[in-house]
Amino acid sequence: MMTTDTQAPDAAPTADKPPSPTPTAVKRRSWTGLWFVLPFAAVYVVFLLWPMILGLYYSFTDKSLTGRPVSWIGLDNWTEAFGDERAWQSLLNTAEFTLYSTPPLVILALALALLTHRARKLGWFLRLSFFAPFVVPVSVVTMLWMWLYQPDGGLINHYLGAWGLGGDHLWVFQEHAMGSVVITTVWWTLGFNFLLYLAALQAIPNEVYEAADIDGANWWQKTVRITIPLLKRITALVIVLQLINSLRIFDQYYLMAGGGTNLSPEKVAIQHIYEMGFTGLRVGYASALSYILFVFILIVAIVQLRLLSRKED
Amino acid sequence: MTAVDTRPRTSKAKPRPLPRKRKRITAGSALVYISAFFLALLWLVPFLWALSTSFKTETDASLGQPIRWLPPEWSVEGYRTVLERGDHVTWMINSTVVSTIVTVLTLVLCVLAAYAFSRLEFPFKRTIYGVILAGIMIPPQAIIIPLFDVVSSLKMVDTYWGLALPQVVAPVMIFILKRFFDGIPRDYEEAATLDGAGHLRILRSVILPLSGPILAAVGIFTFILSWNNFLWPLLVANDPSIMTLPVGLGVVAGGYGLFYAQNMAAAVLGALPLLIVFLIFQKQIVRGVAGVGLSR
Repeated sequence: MMTTDTQAPDAAPTADKPPSPTPTAVKRRSWTGLWFVLPFAAVYVVFLLWPMILGLYYSFTDKSLTGRPVSWIGLDNWTEAFGDERAWQSLLNTAEFTLYSTPPLVILALALALLTHRARKLGWFLRLSFFAPFVVPVSVVTMLWMWLYQPDGGLINHYLGAWGLGGDHLWVFQEHAMGSVVITTVWWTLGFNFLLYLAALQAIPNEVYEAADIDGANWWQKTVRITIPLLKRITALVIVLQLINSLRIFDQYYLMAGGGTNLSPEKVAIQHIYEMGFTGLRVGYASALSYILFVFILIVAIVQLRLLSRKED
Repeated sequence: MTAVDTRPRTSKAKPRPLPRKRKRITAGSALVYISAFFLALLWLVPFLWALSTSFKTETDASLGQPIRWLPPEWSVEGYRTVLERGDHVTWMINSTVVSTIVTVLTLVLCVLAAYAFSRLEFPFKRTIYGVILAGIMIPPQAIIIPLFDVVSSLKMVDTYWGLALPQVVAPVMIFILKRFFDGIPRDYEEAATLDGAGHLRILRSVILPLSGPILAAVGIFTFILSWNNFLWPLLVANDPSIMTLPVGLGVVAGGYGLFYAQNMAAAVLGALPLLIVFLIFQKQIVRGVAGVGLSR
């Protein structure tokens, strides 16, 4: 249905993909191919497939990081996980983060991409500012924002106070750790979605707007009636990618609200898994928790794969 | 500069000189340019504020009020302390080494495999490809606990290989490269095959020269992700001398206490390498991220 939006312009200007794929090329069935695949396959098996299987096995054992002998305990870890209030709370916190962070990360990214596409002469400057945070390591990001959030001397609370919005000095932080992490995340990762949208916008051919131009439609009308509908497919992809990324929240939450600073007793899912496994040393139990989170992400990922494979045909 | 960049929205009405005049400036496009400009400036505030703090003396930095955008007294004390401590430089070197290993290995292994999946017929091809693609759906965070177990039984904890090898597993890159190779017409190779060239030679002399942009995209994307990876290096690097920059800054540097100028100097130094890379390769990175990002 909506395959034209990203596909057609994609195929048009590429000079390095001349037509004429002759699928009946020389293809001899031999073992050579296996040798080409072997190096990747080896790394894949050792560092992805095997841990995946091992994790499933551990989830039925009392495996511990202390290295004592492992014994099979059946479904104990799983029943404990489903009854573990902290585990559910951590999943809820993850869901909350996903719920708060996804809409701004998609909508704001689209808005800024539209703005950048329109303000072409400022293009390089806008791309630079909106995308630059994405290449900065997470601990630098949290350092910058913890400094901005400082109750005393922090920029945010200063200006909130100056404009009469502050009230007590601790506005954004401690009481609203989740909100602070969301704002920081939006600043940090928005550039990625922004670039995806910008690329999609640049791929829309001008002819699409010709009829509207003749009718004298203005920019806003063209954006709402033509551009945004054309971006439907990419929006679906951006949302799904964002959901997967938000469900995997750990780094910035751990650095800002958990771990050392410990300003918030609330945990997100991966943090709970991490603490069970590495602080609590309970590898078996943490493996069961991992699998539960994995199922949630898998559901979203399957949607992603379906969207991607539709692009293929 | 001091006042404007903190309150972008209020200044919309103020007429500002536009970057350059084209044929005519409508009110609408003026509004677009002005709001875009101030939003971009607002987006840079965290960087600018850190930069400003990093050049203050420790006393000025810790004095909250009043907010001063320019250091009353310029000082590089913060930078000197960070650099003299030495660990920052070590982490930067570690990050460079690890990200380079990850990027080079990812490119080599994925190109070889993608070429085979695209051009060769061999036993179990479809099964192997299917199993590898299924890996796209596995979030790395979901397997960290058993992965740590595997890496520690391979005696790779606190080593560059332990940091790098698990990050090389990027099935999606195979998907992307195979899709690109599939689009390269086979006519070129036929000539080479008639000349008796083996597959490695075809790959090197026919396929790779045509794949510059996609290789750059995959490479750049892998490098950025690896440079900024946090969770895995946090687990596997316990010895501060093997830590990567994000982990060192997050775990060790936080323990030095609340020296704001010094902290911001460390943050600026930590942000700098990839920001410079980004400034130089802006075009390629923008194209690469857009191209690879979609199918990630």
